[in-house]
Amino acid sequence: MMKNTTVGGTRKKVTNAIAMIGLVVIFIAYMFPFLMVVINSLKQKRDIIKSPFSWLYTIKGLSFDNFAKAFVQMDFLNAFKNSLIVTVSATVLVTLLAAMLAYYIVRKNNGISRLTFALMVASMIIPFQAIMIPLVSIYGGTLNILNHRITLIFMHTGFSMAMSVFMFHGFIRGNVPMALEEAAYIDGCTHARTFFGIVLPLLKPIISTMVILNSLAFWNDFLLPSLVLTDKKLLTLPLSTYSFYGTYSADYGTIMAGLLLCVIPILILYVVLQKQIIGGVVAGAVK
Amino acid sequence: MKSKNNGKDFCMFALPGMFCFFAVVVIPFVYGVYLTLTDWNGVAQVKNFIGLSNYASVMRDKEFWTSLLLTFRYVIVVVVLVNVIAFAIAYLLTRGIKGQNFFRAGFFTPNLIGGIVLGYIWQFVFSRVFVNIGESTGWSLFEVSWLSEPGKAFAAMVLVTVWQLSGYMILIYVAGFMGLSEDVMEAASIDGASGWVKLKNIVLPLMMSSVTICLFLTLSRAFMVYDVNLSLTAGGPYGTTQMAAMHVYEKAFTSRQFGVGQAEALILFIVVACISGLQVYLTKRQEVEA
Repeated sequence: MMKNTTVGGTRKKVTNAIAMIGLVVIFIAYMFPFLMVVINSLKQKRDIIKSPFSWLYTIKGLSFDNFAKAFVQMDFLNAFKNSLIVTVSATVLVTLLAAMLAYYIVRKNNGISRLTFALMVASMIIPFQAIMIPLVSIYGGTLNILNHRITLIFMHTGFSMAMSVFMFHGFIRGNVPMALEEAAYIDGCTHARTFFGIVLPLLKPIISTMVILNSLAFWNDFLLPSLVLTDKKLLTLPLSTYSFYGTYSADYGTIMAGLLLCVIPILILYVVLQKQIIGGVVAGAVK
Repeated sequence: MKSKNNGKDFCMFALPGMFCFFAVVVIPFVYGVYLTLTDWNGVAQVKNFIGLSNYASVMRDKEFWTSLLLTFRYVIVVVVLVNVIAFAIAYLLTRGIKGQNFFRAGFFTPNLIGGIVLGYIWQFVFSRVFVNIGESTGWSLFEVSWLSEPGKAFAAMVLVTVWQLSGYMILIYVAGFMGLSEDVMEAASIDGASGWVKLKNIVLPLMMSSVTICLFLTLSRAFMVYDVNLSLTAGGPYGTTQMAAMHVYEKAFTSRQFGVGQAEALILFIVVACISGLQVYLTKRQEVEA
């Protein structure tokens, strides 16, 4: 249906040309906010106020000063480092633990397996807001372990466990043959060795999907980290953006540069891994 | 996995994952239900059992119901616009146009960026760029910042959400369009179906599984909106754009009424669960096999 056919070719060409023009217009409109950020991040405040539109060549004093300022005021390197530590640790942890738990549930069809799996599927409809208050009450009040990176990592892991187990469960049941494992046992492999040596490598496609989905969610999350971390030294990028904006909101140029700094690392990753990211998001949503 | 060494296997494979899940999701959820029956203020050591009076407070909390009503309005507008726009763009994208992947990737970009950053980007666009357009062209639509007028601030929230979510839904609809069988489309054309008739009677029924997913995702996302709400309008002007999720946050962590806040969170959860459950049930019934 989607291919150009020779029958009725010209008419199709004309409608395609119209569709193309329409798409380009919509696309430019979609990209407009980003364009504004890029242009204005290079300008000085008075030029921004005079006209956020003025193109770069019409103004004097074009510079990267804003970036230098934002870099320091946001404590960018530190926030970046915090975000990286939290995202990488939580992603590795949840991927590994969810794969193991899902494997157990698929292969051991006992009462605990069935109950845990049912609970996990049911829990996927619970929004974070329905848990955040007791969460703060337990971890902040009773246990008093808020304000540690490790607590945040643990919570990220727990929250994405259900979805991850669900995805691994479906994949293992459909794509990992029992025969392979049985052969390994006959050769004298332990369960651990069979899992890490034979099963885990077979899970590569679903692992890459889950790593993409989870790490994006962890990297961009605001609400959970804002409840867990208050110490300035521990703030992740979204948190430090929030406090930076609160302090310098009138300093447009610096703000634009700061926002751009936040976006650039993800965009670089996106350019490199575009296929995998889009594939992962579609696979995650369609399941 | 063989049957010997049951305990060891359980501890090694299942326990760590289960522990995280129970400690972070199940126990807090159950404890949360208990919290709604107490008068805890977030600091005090003692929690007194006060029965259902928190729920009575929720009934009297006018702001909560206003925010819930506002959220409903917001969700309806967002869900309709996001899906219509994403469906239309996905349709255009899958007509064999050059650069399909580039467009698709571009439209998806806002979904890679956190709501806080997106909200701030748009705040600049609404309060400076649009106002500047208004000043230089004299269009009254843009003369005053949208974020300073209640009705327009609501429209701004809708615009930003539609802008972000439609890029996500485009991916799913494109995948749906690509999955349509060429034979069926050709058969429809030969039988004389074209344009609107073909879309309504052939394409749409075959796309219902994509529609189910997209409606579900947009519904649950729009209902729980918080980040963009916080960074774009912060509930303003005068609290007129405070959505339900933000109200719950304020109730618990600003007014320090944890029991009432949690009761409102639970009510919100039940509302969302019922509505999205109903939606999945209804749209799944419309799904057909090619």
